[in-house]
Parts: sequence; C-alpha cells; structure tokens
Amino acid sequence: MMANETGPGKRIDEPTGTETVGHEWDGIEELNTPLPRWWLWTFYATVAWAIAYTVFYPAWPMIDRATSGVLGWSSRGELAEDMSAADLARQDVFERIAATDIEKIASSPELQQQAIAGGAAAFQVNCVQCHGAGAAGIAGGYPNLNDDDWLWGGDLEAIENTLLHGIRWEGSDQTRLSYMPGFEGIFDEAQLDALVQHVLSLSGRAQPNASGAETYAVNCAACHQPSGEGDQIQGAPALNDAIWLYGSEAAQIRQQILYPKHGVMPGWKDRLDPATIRMLATYVHSRGGGEASPQPEEAQEEEATVAFNGQP
Amino acid sequence: MESVVGRSGLWFVLIILALAAYVGAQDPGFAAHALIIAIVAFGLMITTLAKYDPMAKAQSIFRMPEGPSRYYDDVIRWGVIATVFWGMAGLLAGLVIALQLVFPELNVEPWLNFGRLRPLHTSAVIFAFGGNALLATSFYVVQRTCRTTLAFPGLARFVFWGYQLFIVLAATGYLLGVTQSKEYAEPEWYVDLWLTIVWVAYFVVFVGTIVRRKEPHIYVANWFYLAFIITIAMLHIVNNLSMPVSLLGSRSYSVFAGVQDALTQWWYGHNAVGFFLTAGFLAMMYYFVPKQANRPVYSYRLSIIHFWSLIFLYIWAGPHHLHYTALPDWAQTLGMVFSIMLWMPSWGGMINGLMTLNGAWDKVRTDPVIRMMVLSLAFYGMSTFEGPMMSIKAVNSLSHYTDWTIGHVHSGALGWNGMITFACIYFLVPRLWKRERMYSLRMINWHFWLATLGIVFYAASMWVAGITQGLMWREYDANGYLVNSFIDTVTALKPMYMMRAFGGLLYLAGAAVLTFNVWMTIAGRLREEAPLYQAAYDAEADRPLAPQPAE
Repeated sequence: MMANETGPGKRIDEPTGTETVGHEWDGIEELNTPLPRWWLWTFYATVAWAIAYTVFYPAWPMIDRATSGVLGWSSRGELAEDMSAADLARQDVFERIAATDIEKIASSPELQQQAIAGGAAAFQVNCVQCHGAGAAGIAGGYPNLNDDDWLWGGDLEAIENTLLHGIRWEGSDQTRLSYMPGFEGIFDEAQLDALVQHVLSLSGRAQPNASGAETYAVNCAACHQPSGEGDQIQGAPALNDAIWLYGSEAAQIRQQILYPKHGVMPGWKDRLDPATIRMLATYVHSRGGGEASPQPEEAQEEEATVAFNGQP
Repeated sequence: MESVVGRSGLWFVLIILALAAYVGAQDPGFAAHALIIAIVAFGLMITTLAKYDPMAKAQSIFRMPEGPSRYYDDVIRWGVIATVFWGMAGLLAGLVIALQLVFPELNVEPWLNFGRLRPLHTSAVIFAFGGNALLATSFYVVQRTCRTTLAFPGLARFVFWGYQLFIVLAATGYLLGVTQSKEYAEPEWYVDLWLTIVWVAYFVVFVGTIVRRKEPHIYVANWFYLAFIITIAMLHIVNNLSMPVSLLGSRSYSVFAGVQDALTQWWYGHNAVGFFLTAGFLAMMYYFVPKQANRPVYSYRLSIIHFWSLIFLYIWAGPHHLHYTALPDWAQTLGMVFSIMLWMPSWGGMINGLMTLNGAWDKVRTDPVIRMMVLSLAFYGMSTFEGPMMSIKAVNSLSHYTDWTIGHVHSGALGWNGMITFACIYFLVPRLWKRERMYSLRMINWHFWLATLGIVFYAASMWVAGITQGLMWREYDANGYLVNSFIDTVTALKPMYMMRAFGGLLYLAGAAVLTFNVWMTIAGRLREEAPLYQAAYDAEADRPLAPQPAE
C-alpha cells in the first residue's frame, strides 16, 4: 500500500498543486497546506486582545480575591452609578411630589404631567399583573380602573389610601375591609331565583318582582342600598349599572350570593415610596374615571356652580 | 439451554426489582418509570424463553442486508433509523411549542404544557436526534478509518439500546413532570446514572476499536469523536452530582448551591454545545465531507492546531451565559475573553471543511448532498462568529434573555447540526442497505430548499424579535421612566413568533421528505427521475451566429 506511512504516500494533489501529508484513511488523504495567514494572525489578535482586556478589567483569580483591573470597573459599581444618576435626575420631581398634597398636584400642570409619567411607569411594573396593561382589569375579580365605577371611592385621596393600605390586606391595620356574607342555606330555590331576577332588574335587564324585591330589601339593601347604587364607605358594589366585578350572568350573580368572593389587593406602603404611590394615584385617577375630591364645607357652596358647570 | 435459563432468570429478577420499586415508589413519576423498566424486562424475558428473535424479525421489516459484512454495521443501521425517527419527533415537538407561544390555548395541562414540552423538544433534537447520529456515524467512521471491526459488538448493541432506554425515560419523565430543572440536563438522578453506564460502555467500544486499528495514525475525525465522548462523560457526571431524596423517588438536590450551581450548570451547558454539537459534529464533517467530495482534507496542520485550540479554549467559555448575574466579575471577564479567542479555532473547522471542496466546487451545483454540507458549514461559521460576538458584555446586555439567543441556537442547530446530519444520512443509507443510490436525488434537493427556507424564516424572525425585545426592555422616556411593560414586548413579538413557527413547519416538512426518501430507499425502490444537473442542451443551437451581409 502506498499510503500507510509518511513519506512514500506523499504526492502532489493535481487540482490544488499542494503536496499531501502521505497518510490515507479509507481513501481520505490530507493536504499539507500551511495555516492560512489571515486565520493565524486573527487568532493571535484575539489572544492579544484577550490578555489586554484582562489587564483592564477584573480577571485573574488570586488566592483570596481576583485582580480588579486597572480601570477599577465592577458591574455592581456601574449599576450603582447608573441608578444614582437616574435617581438624581428625578430627585427634584420626587421631592416636590412628596411635599405636595395629592389634590394640589394638579395645580401645576408640569408636575401633574411628571406624576402621570412616573405613575404609568410604576403601574407597568407593579400593577399590570392584576389590572392589565391598559388598566382595564381582568374578568373575574380584578377591577377596571378606566371607568367611573369605584368600589372604595375614586377621588385622589381614596385611591392613594387604597394604594397605601390595600383592600382586605393583612399587612396594614388601616386596610379597608368588608365581607359580604354567604347566603348558602338561607333562601329556598324560588326565593333565590326571584332575588337574582330582582338584582338583574336593578340595571334594567329583567322585570322587577315583588318577592325578590322583598328579599332584597331585608337582606341586601343595607349595604347595596335600596335601589342598588352601592356604598363606597363599605366597599359595596353598585348593582344598578353595567359593570360587574364577578360577572353579570344570572348564574354568576347566584354564585356570588351563595358563596361570595372577597378580593384582596395588597397595600404598597412598605414596597413603594410615598412619592411613587402619589404618582400612581394620580395616574390611575387620570385614566378617565377619577372622581372629584370632596370640597371642604365652606368652600363647597362657592365652587358648587363651577363644579356643576364642569360636569356634562 | 443453560444460558437461556440463566438469562431469563436475570430478566425475571429485574422484573421483580422493578415491580418492587413500582410498589414502593414515592411519587407517580418514579412509579411510571419502574413500570417501564418492568415491561421492558418482561418483554426481554419472554423473547429469551420463546427463543423468539425479535431483532431478526425487525431487521427483516427494515430490509437490513443479511449475512456477514466486512464491518459491523448492524447497530449503525439501527442508529440511522433512530436518528430519523427521533428527528421527526423532536422537530414536531419544536413546532408544537412554537405554536403554543403564538396560541396559548394549545397548552394541554398538565402533560403537554410548554414547560414540559420544551425540554422534550430540546432533548429530542439534541440527545435523541443528534446523539443517535453521533453514535451511528462514530461507529461507522471509527471502523473504516481504523480498518478494523468494532471492538465489542455486543457492548455496542447495549450502548445503542441502552441509549434509547435513556431517551424514553427522559422523555416520559418530562411529560410526567420529573425534572431537576437544569437546562439540557433535566433527567433525574437515576436516569443520569443509567446514562453514565451507557456512556462508559460507549467509551470502551470506541477506544477498544481505536486500539485494534490497522492504521498507524488516528484519523482527525476520531480525535474529535474521542474528545466528544470523554468530555461529555466528565460534564455529565459533574453537573449531575446530586443527592436523591429517596432511593425510590424521582426527586434530588444538587450538591452545588447558589451561583456555584449556576456556574457548574453553564460550564456543562456551554460545553454540551461545544463538545456534543461542535466537536462531535466536526468529527462527522471530517469524514463525510472529504468522502462525498472525493477530495483530500484541505490542511492537516490546520486540523491539528484548530483541534487543540478548540478543545483547550471551549471548556472555559461557559461563564458568558451568566453575564450581569451574581457570578463574580472576574469569572464573567474570563468567560468573555475565552469566547473571543474561540472564534478562530472554531472557524478552523469551517475552513477545513469548505476548502476541502477546492477542485470540486462544481459539485455544489450537481450534488445536493454536497450542497447541504456547504450550507451546514456556512451556518457553522456564522454561528461560531455570532457566539463570540454575543459573549461580549456590551452586546450581551442587549441580547441576553431575548429571542436573539433562540435565533442564534437555531441557526447553529438547524443550519449546522441538522444539515450535516441529513447529509450524513443521505451518504449512509444507500451504503448501509447496499443500494445503488437514494430513492430520489430530486427529493434531496427539495429537502435542501425547504430546510434552507425554514432556517431563514426562523433565524431572521428571531433576530428581529430578539433585538426588538432587547431595545424595548431598555427603553426609557424623557422623564427617565421605563416605557414598556413585559406584556408590551410580548404583543410586539407575536408576528415574529408566527413567522418562526412557519419556518419550523418548513424545516419539519423537509425532514418528512427525508423520512419518505429513506423509507423508499430501504424498501429497495429507485425513483425514475430526470438527472438533477442536466440542463436542456441543443447541439444545433450551440454555434456562433453567421455574420449578416452588409446591405
């Protein structure tokens, strides 16, 4: 065999004009082409660059610590610098918002615009998981924040209060809570059906009936009010509109009467700073359904005409 | 007779043990796996007792040539069939999870949700499809380039079937929720132990064959196969060091904790890419490209230098998967600079592959298998440039955690690993089944274009998606607030995800064409078709125009 040792098997490969090494395996030979120069020099260049980089940046592990590099760079240091630069840029706005009463923020359009921008950013990080990216809520218990239907009040102060202390939230003793009792076993089937029909009739989706009205008046009206307008003091939802937290179908209403759900919203007082909470409240209030703040007694009369003229 | 009794006795003991494990199992996943073992052992016992040879039956179904051949090719034929089968399964799983990302309602809880199907896809394509391709080609190449038969044919059969059992246990485990949550190393402790046994047997067969060689030198493909086998053994054992909660349960805890665990995992994960998907497949390239092109390897010297530099540098590059994490800065730096230095050693393989075609470049036009090999080497070169680039921290801060990574992985996996494997299958099937050629060369051409188009759709959409995602995540407004929430990026990426799924569908369609082609070739059919490379030729028209007389 010609090819089994180096030497005798060597031949010049015709198409390339290169000599073979002289080995052969199952018909495969190898050319003795030198390393491509560009390949070799690029390889050397990457090695040189790598060594230089390790001089400038943290790299070589020593006995108890690694070299820190002549630039003194660290990823934590860079992050801290970026963060403090960003904090510094917003410090002025944060301080002004923290020092401004929430109802007064609107008196400076520039400050209000900053508060809405900051609130929108905080909302996307902290709130969208439940209330949705557009704040439109999620069916089945997460309220829509774009409408004017508020469980616990929709003026700036009420929203800020909800943000600080949450709803039915164990983490704050100032949290607002109320529990609708379950009516399982209280009504018979006929009473229950009549009651559901009556509740539907409050928003004009069924005919009123006397039996249901009577059950409603005895059991429900104390919180939801006689004509179903709800009560924000108790967090009792309005039943006379088209907005339903846990569903508007008869079966869903029936379910809620028998086995009521009690949604929990966490308070944010320990997780977000007061200025951010204030900005969030301003943002949520600006979504379209925010209620006007209650006026102090003496001012109310003077401004009543203005306020009413402002409403459509 | 005695050996029949002895062997069936052994299977019987195994059945009893497996059933005992089933009864005492701490969780449903472990119980299911014990039952699978019992069923396999029962089947083996029955066939031993009945002296029924299922292999002979199966071999006749797959029309495997009878009688002794010069080399031990039986297990290689099984390996090729397994490669095709798992390839289809893995690509199908990939298409399903791509669609799940566009249409979440396709998640079937709990067994077929994205979280369980995703490791099924990655393991099926890497370890089942790629692993069987490596097993089959390594046994084929080592025999031919050493001019000897396999050292331990019985052990080689054990390696093949044992590896299939590993795949079945891993895959069923994922669907049942058995996972140790390490990417590309999801199987739990007992499956890991089984793979270790199989892998050591693989090492023994491979090294034993090299020791028996009748050639004075070891061919470069075998260096790469050996590096692949040894390093994967080391990576697999170290990364899976863990303490089982119970010997009859499928839960375990890693012996490493915190950032050490993360670093070990990505030392493993990165080198699974480096030694499984790069070194192993370069070994395939080093045999099948010169064979198919019928040309000498471009440069012996380059093969030595790039082999050793690749092996030495790859093993240190893992920390680039943990940029900007709790991993100390010095380790991140080293991971990055080793990745940069890895660029040229990786390209050495591409140069040696492509330049081997010097003097045979016309075959790119005429031979669809060569075309596949060239495309795969081109994608290999592209991915091994993109990888070092993405390891640069400034680039990584944009690309990390985005779909750019997914695009990068798939240009390597679909382009390099997939195409070179398909080319090897087209090379092997006619030779292993002693057929004149593949059933249809035109179908190979169809496969080439379907797959190429699929990769283009896949890679392009994921690049766009990844960069979009990265830019949206870091977008600040004039007041210094983040502009986008996570869901905003998801909404923005949906069209890209649909294009990705379409690309995957094309790639799967190409693989289906391959499956049909292989099936028909094995069945002994030859498709009547016009030769691929003959353009219409009219000798009459092939002449200079007669000069027109001036008027």
